[in-house]
Amino acid sequence: MAVARQPIIQVRDLTARYGEETILEGVSFDVFEGEVFVILGGSGCGKSTLLKHLIGLIRPYSGQVIIDGDDISHGGSPVINRLLRKIGILYQSGALFGSMTVAENIALPIVEYTDLSSDLVSSLVRMKLNLVQLEGYGDYLPSEISGGMKKRAGLARAMALNPKILFFDEPSAGLDPVISAGLDNLILHLNKSLGTTMVIVTHELESILTVAQRVIMLDKGTKGIIAEGDPRHLRETSRNPLVWRFFNRQAEDRDISA
Amino acid sequence: MRRSKDQGSWGYETSQDRKGALTLRLTGRMDAASAGPMLRELGPLIHTTVPNALTVDLSEVTYVDDFGVLVLIQLRHTVTDQGGLYSLVHVTDRVRETLTLLHFDDLTERVPLAKKEVPNIFVRLGDATLRHIKDFRFLTSFTGSVFLALLYVCLHPRALRREDTVLAMQKTGVDALPIVGLISFLLGLIIAFMSSVQLRQFGADIYVASLVSLAMTRELGPIMTAIIVAGRSGSAFAAEIGTMRISEEIDALFTMGFDPTRFLALPKIVASLVVVPLLTLFSDLFGVLGGLIVGVLMLDLTANAYIAQTFVTLTPFDVFLGVLKSAVFAFLISWISCFRGFRVQGGAAGVGEATTSSVVSSIFLIILTDSVFSVILRYWG
Repeated sequence: MAVARQPIIQVRDLTARYGEETILEGVSFDVFEGEVFVILGGSGCGKSTLLKHLIGLIRPYSGQVIIDGDDISHGGSPVINRLLRKIGILYQSGALFGSMTVAENIALPIVEYTDLSSDLVSSLVRMKLNLVQLEGYGDYLPSEISGGMKKRAGLARAMALNPKILFFDEPSAGLDPVISAGLDNLILHLNKSLGTTMVIVTHELESILTVAQRVIMLDKGTKGIIAEGDPRHLRETSRNPLVWRFFNRQAEDRDISA
Repeated sequence: MRRSKDQGSWGYETSQDRKGALTLRLTGRMDAASAGPMLRELGPLIHTTVPNALTVDLSEVTYVDDFGVLVLIQLRHTVTDQGGLYSLVHVTDRVRETLTLLHFDDLTERVPLAKKEVPNIFVRLGDATLRHIKDFRFLTSFTGSVFLALLYVCLHPRALRREDTVLAMQKTGVDALPIVGLISFLLGLIIAFMSSVQLRQFGADIYVASLVSLAMTRELGPIMTAIIVAGRSGSAFAAEIGTMRISEEIDALFTMGFDPTRFLALPKIVASLVVVPLLTLFSDLFGVLGGLIVGVLMLDLTANAYIAQTFVTLTPFDVFLGVLKSAVFAFLISWISCFRGFRVQGGAAGVGEATTSSVVSSIFLIILTDSVFSVILRYWG
């Protein structure tokens, strides 16, 4: 493939702070169109913070976040609104609205942003539900379905308008291995069939090795990226002990035998 | 001197030589079950014998967990406090492993249970100041966005989420009607009853009707209704929005391109603005009805006379004033409650705090605004 890949997300020298506390410092990376990109790292390393910067929920302390040509770190609300039309986000708990049925949840962005008739919206919602294997669950309330189903319904809502980029916040958190693997397959399937760029924040090793084409690893100590590349490659060759331990599931050294 | 005891799962044996060194041989399991009895048994023993050195022989110990280690630590404390030496001998590999894992050798100091550190007064003062400044900034921007959203909906009435608004009207208004009616009725009853005792002395029974109707329409109707709405619906608004905040639903709304204020707060504010004045009218009505009952049954007034006196006393302005006040209260309640909901941080406890403070702030604002109204009317009316 000689086609030069286009970066769709460019992060330049991003510094993130909460009040006095610096969470990330000088983070730069690119995400290319159509790839499955994973942001990983141990607990408290700033993965979720980075995600919130990418989706415009938090403005960076300094640095730039450019998504599909728009600098969202400095743009006003028109830029943010343009960004929000291009992305979909699957939140950790699904974040479905409890007062609406699953179908109404999925229909919400469709009704807001298109002028389809209600029949067509309903058909579209059914197709979205089929896509995430939730056919027949449209008239359930979020409180009536299981955690895995909530996530899939959340995914259907995130994909309602076929965004260019899908963000996932810890998709496998709290799911059993079978459902988690199912979700991984779904992510790969959607990536292949729709060509959607996927940005996933997770620390689930199995899932990383299955879906990720490229990863960056963040670390609490350095407040930045300590590794970047293909996860299978990193597992074999990384010399950084932090990275090696992560990919090989090793505990931190602690001399018990002494 | 030798002593020994067998307690079933554990036991001990002691021997003291002439120089005062005590050897304690422990046997069996040192676990959560035996640690308590061991401490009770061995503590006094060390206290009474006052050895200048204690050697604990662990060769016969079959099992040690952290409770067992606790016994060893307590023994060490007791002996070293009395100025004696302490040593462990014949430590099996298994026991050694447990001791190392728990850092037995480092646990020589007695440390109180770690509690959350309370920073000094200046730090707390600074924190509180910063928090209030932040709160105030957020309140300002929230108020701004509420007015913008109201303006937007006035210009584009279709942008108002009609279903949510109707639902909020039902919950805030229709569902509150029975309790508002009952409380106002009782309130009318009480005022009539209390005032009749005084007015009767002057033969002014008929003025009970005036007193009840004026008090209800101008003050008590709007205030009681607002307080009931604050308790019933203000708390519900704060809890609902707060829960949505912690379950990321508000983030989801924002990232789906919706304005959370317009989506969540506006239906509640508009609904309150419509139904609270209506509730107030009902409250007035039920209050007067309560007074009427007392007037007819206890004061021997006729219903006609009572009603006629009510109409003579009340001016349209009195009723209008009550309704106007209640509309202001409705806005304040829904505004501050939604604000508290949006400010929720942390988990379930945060929602609880927001709910409490929404009710407290609402009631405070109601009373404050009412006194402002009184002052203005005193000088202006």
